[in-house]
Parts: sequence; structure tokens; C-alpha cells
Amino acid sequence: MEIKSMRFKANASASLANVVLQGNLKNAKGKFVTKRAEALKDLDDFEGTRDAAKAIRNKVIDNLDLWLERFERKALDTGAHVLWAKDGAEVCRLVTEIARKHGVKKVTKSKSMLSEEAGLNQALEAAGIQPVETDLGEYILQVDNNEPPSHIIAPAVHKSLDDVADLFHKVHGTPRKTEIPALTREAREVLRGHFLTAEMGLSGGNFLVAETGSVALVTNEGNGRMVTTLPKVHVVITGIEKVIPTLEDLSTLMRLLPRSATGQSISNYFSILTGVKKPEEHDGPEHLYFVLVDSGRADVIGGEFHEMLRCIRCGACMNHCPVYQTIGGHAYGWVYPGPMGSVLTPLYAGIENSIDLPHAATLCNQCGIVCPVGIPLPELLRKLREKQTDAGLRPLTERIGLRLWAWVAQQPKLYALGARFGVRYLKWLAGKSDRISLLPMAPEWTRGRDFPAPQGKTFREMYAARRKAA
Amino acid sequence: MRVGLFVTCLVDLMRPSIGFAALKLLENAGCEVVVPDTQTCCGQPAWNSGDKPGAEALAKKTIAEFEGFDYVVVPSGSCGDHIRTEYLGMFATEPEWRDRATAMAARTFELTDFLVSVLKVEAVPGSYTGSVTYHDSCTGLRSLGIKAQPRMLLAKVKGVELKEMNGCEECCGFGGTFSVKFGDVSAAIAERKCDFIHSSGARAVAGGDLGCLLNIEGKLRRMGDETTRVLHVAEILAGEA
Repeated sequence: MEIKSMRFKANASASLANVVLQGNLKNAKGKFVTKRAEALKDLDDFEGTRDAAKAIRNKVIDNLDLWLERFERKALDTGAHVLWAKDGAEVCRLVTEIARKHGVKKVTKSKSMLSEEAGLNQALEAAGIQPVETDLGEYILQVDNNEPPSHIIAPAVHKSLDDVADLFHKVHGTPRKTEIPALTREAREVLRGHFLTAEMGLSGGNFLVAETGSVALVTNEGNGRMVTTLPKVHVVITGIEKVIPTLEDLSTLMRLLPRSATGQSISNYFSILTGVKKPEEHDGPEHLYFVLVDSGRADVIGGEFHEMLRCIRCGACMNHCPVYQTIGGHAYGWVYPGPMGSVLTPLYAGIENSIDLPHAATLCNQCGIVCPVGIPLPELLRKLREKQTDAGLRPLTERIGLRLWAWVAQQPKLYALGARFGVRYLKWLAGKSDRISLLPMAPEWTRGRDFPAPQGKTFREMYAARRKAA
Repeated sequence: MRVGLFVTCLVDLMRPSIGFAALKLLENAGCEVVVPDTQTCCGQPAWNSGDKPGAEALAKKTIAEFEGFDYVVVPSGSCGDHIRTEYLGMFATEPEWRDRATAMAARTFELTDFLVSVLKVEAVPGSYTGSVTYHDSCTGLRSLGIKAQPRMLLAKVKGVELKEMNGCEECCGFGGTFSVKFGDVSAAIAERKCDFIHSSGARAVAGGDLGCLLNIEGKLRRMGDETTRVLHVAEILAGEA
């Protein structure tokens, strides 16, 4: 997917000015947070379960090559093919080749963020193969001119009921409907035909189980099962970090994933898919391919951002992020928004292509608190800022300003003088008022709020005067 | 007990009354309080902006100035946490400094935490008339566990009626340099905080971090609210509000 993260600031301002979007974000905001909090109540020991989940993920990413080989061996035993893709371009090439080999004209797709990373839909279309998104949110976006998702588990969360009613009326040419069940039914009717005619199904994978060579899928609409069982070919695309050792580990992670994501104790559908259809079986694909994708992940192993690979893509960090809640996901400009996106985008799409993202956080640590695998997101964001500074990627004025300030703060006398001058300047700006409505050195502050006037003298001056008088 | 008071650069510049309130509270509780006059900033803005050398230099300076005291007290959760938590991670390759940082971290406290957990104060000097709602600043809350302490202390002030707001734990949007790098987003987050404050019906909002308070006050005033008072918890406790 084309990266537009360099326009973060302009995108964010546009999001703030978009009245419809602001209304939709307000409506969505509370739901995820409240439902997650409710769902966590019936876990006896959230902290303990989180520690266990963290340990499972650490075990894998500490020896990823080993677990991938184990997975590959088992998957091959079940009759699946295992292919490895270095990057998005290779994903597109491999999937197109598989489709051609099996004479595929139409592909039904269950949600896959990796296919967004790779820009797979565009590649399939270019090869004359029709991709059909079957997750309701993804379908809405696809028929709306291939709009990108704004959330990793609720891709169309930025849209309102009215938006979807207008859209379906326009693209389906049907009378405008305003009830959710009626709109859902309309989408189902369109998709049913595609499910029955597609020659290939394409899904992501929430986890790959090394012990059995299986892929685990967490879905809520049932489309995942249609996509993975009806067509004769099933292609699974996942990042290489998605492997876990055992089914027992899967059960531990599944206690956290739906609760953290949608606030459900279990998703409506949970599938563990193993191998191709056996002669005595009625359902399932005749051909099963795993496309395991690196796309920057291997470079993260063993480095200072290693912990990010624990991520299980629940979306809790963005649901709880004050910045995400305020501007929505599109402003982040690539596949992954919110705190996890602000770490992943620089790592996978280039630190130089996403200068603003690590700074687009208040470091409130709400994300770190809710993360079901204990990723210290604020700390990783801070480290990315450090990397940017070290690489000279921050604006020159900012670098000089910071350096100068840090140097002055090491010279107490000079600092005291500077503070003395600074406070008087601010007081002068305020005049008789108790506030400053335009700060010339920080106009960003005063565009949307006032700056309270200082009391007039520094603490150190007043303290020295008091000591003298005593 | 000798206590070193780290007033913070923001209090020094913007609102010395908070520093004097902290001083009064500590002295009132029987502490011998010293305010080293060479103190400047703990280095948090440098650290959070990715300037590691600048942050380390300021950390060393602060450690050298304050390690001689029995305790170091800070009227800010985020500066307190920076000394208590972040300094420890800075000196992986300098064992001497790591040890000094570790020793000082254990003796460094946010003001309300110090009054409650270490001094176990029974009474505070202040009195106040009116309703107050409390904003939990992020770092104090989530890293230092500052939640009950300010409320326990406010409960000791005659005349304070605490009216909790929904979303008291939600970020106000300040975020240090975030507030000037992404001013529009920061101000929009602050607006939500102000809505929570208004819904609480309280006549004043109190908090433990001046950065948040400047952000909240600035937004309230821009929204046309001329009456809701914005106070540091120390000012109320010391009777300086």
C-alpha cells in the first residue's frame, strides 16, 4: 500500500475539520472501551493470563526460525504448500501465480491486513483476477472506490449508518435502506453469489500453530468459513511472526484476543483449519497454500524493537488512544494506525517515510496498559524518536532548539537568567490579562486554546528574596 | 529528615505558588526542606524528544544535586516518574551512574505520594470552600500509581467537596512537546477533558501536574469558561488556592 504517513499532520487537521467523521468517531469511541472492560471482568486473572501470553509470544520470536521450520514441516505433512515471501511484491507475484495455475478468475477474501500491506487487490485486478472482499467492513470499503481501512479489526469504523445507506443505494442500485439488518442482508445477498462462484479463497491468519500445521481464524460474520471451505483453493497470507507453538498456547491467547479486540469472551466464529480436504471429507479446499511474509519483520528480530513482534493485532491500543480517538485511522497514512501503527509503520515502511508518527502520541501509556501481550508501546515510540534524532531526520530548527535548551539547562546561572527574561516576556505578552491568546514562539499552542499567563517572577527569584528577608 | 524539593522547570517559570505550597506542606509536616538553587530541569523533554545525550547530561546534573538528601520530592507525577523510572534505563553502560540513579530513585517521590505514603500526614494546613473535580495525570497515575493519595489528602481539607468526573483518567492531550507539535489534535483532546469537567458540575479542577493544568485552563478559557478554577492539588492542600 502506498504510504502517505508524511502527510500525517495535514491529514490529522483534515480529520478534525471533518464534522461527519468527528461524529462517527465519537459514536464508536466508548463502545470498544466499555465492552473490553466488561469482557475482562470474567477473566480470573488478567495480569497472569497476560504474562502467560507474553511468555508464549516471546518464546516464539526469540527463536522464530525454529518455530517456522516446525510449522512448515507439519503443514507440509497435512498436504499444504508453504511459500515464503520477502516483501509485498513477492506476495502479489506468488498469489497471482497460484491463481493462474488453478485457472482462477475470482477470489473471495476474508480480512487480511497483510494483503493491504502488499496492495494485493490492485495486483490481482491488474492480472485480470477479481478480488471480492467479504468481511462486511472491507466490502463496504471496496465498493466505495477501494477506500483504505481505518482500523485493523473494524475497517469501516469511520463510516456511519447513513454513509453506508447512501453507498449501498448508489452501488447496488437498490432502494435506500436505513436499518442495519436490512443493509447487512443486502450485502449478504450480493456476496452469496461470489462465495459460490469463486475458485479461490484468500484469508489472513490470526495464529499459525506449529504443533499441528494449522491456521487459526477469529471472525464474527461467518465469511471466513465460506472463503476457506467453499473454493477448491485456499491461500493463507500471514506475517512470519504469527506462529505459536501449541494448541494449548492458542487457548491461552484466545482468552485475550477477542476480549481485547471486540470485548467478546469468544468471537462468533473460531476456526482451526488443518490441511487439505481428505478423500473421506466433504468440505475444505483441495489445495492449501501458506504464504508466509517477511516484509521487514526479520529485521526487527533481536533489535531494540523486538517486543513489537509480540503484537496479536487486537486493536486495543488504538481503541484506547486519545489521538486515534480524535483523528481516526486514515490520518496515519498507511495500513496500521494508532500506537501499534506508529511503531510498525516506521519499522516496515521506513522511518524516513513516517517522521511524524512516533511523535503523534502523548505517551499517556493507556495503550501499554491495555496491550494483551504487554508491549511497552510508549517506550518503543520514544526509542523511534531517538533513532530519528540520531539519524538527523528531525527538522533542523527542532534539533538545534533541543540542543540549545539542554545546554542552557546545564548552566544554572545562564538558565536562571533566561527564565527570568522568559517569564517577563510572557507576562508582557499577557499584559493585564490572565492569559495569552497568541504565543509567537508556539503558535500551535494558541491556535486552539489560550496559554495561561505566568505569575510574573520565577520561583527561584522569589525563594531567594524570601530567604534574604528571613 | 532532610528533603530536597525539586520544583520543576514549569513551576519555576509559570506558577511559583505551587512550589511555595509544596514547601509549606513539607515544612508543616516537620521536614527540613532544601531547594537547591542550581536545579533546572530533570531532562524529560529531551528524553521524550529523542535527545539522549541532552537527557543524560541533565539526569547526571539532577542526581548530583539531589543525591545527598534523605528524600527528593517533586510536585509533578511526570517529572517524579522521570527521575524514579526513566533515569534507571539511561545508564546501561555506566554502572556508577546507574547505581547512583537507582539509589536516588528509591528516595524520590511525587508530592502527594510522599505526604501519604512516607510522612503519613494526619492533617493538612489548607482550607477551601467549594466543589473540586480531580484530573489524574497519565504518568503519575499509570506509572507511579497516584490515584488515592491526592483524594485522601483533599478529603482532609475542610470545605472541599470532591465531585468525580467521568473520564478522570483520560489523557488531557498535553503530552509535553506533543502540545506544540500537534497543537490542533492536542487542543481537541483537551476539549473532551473540559467537557468531562463541565459535566461533573465542579467549580474547580485540580491536578498534580502543571503541564496538564496549563493545557486544561487554556482550553477552558478559550471555550469561554471564565469561572472554573484550575488548581494544583498542593495549592488547595496548603491553603494557597
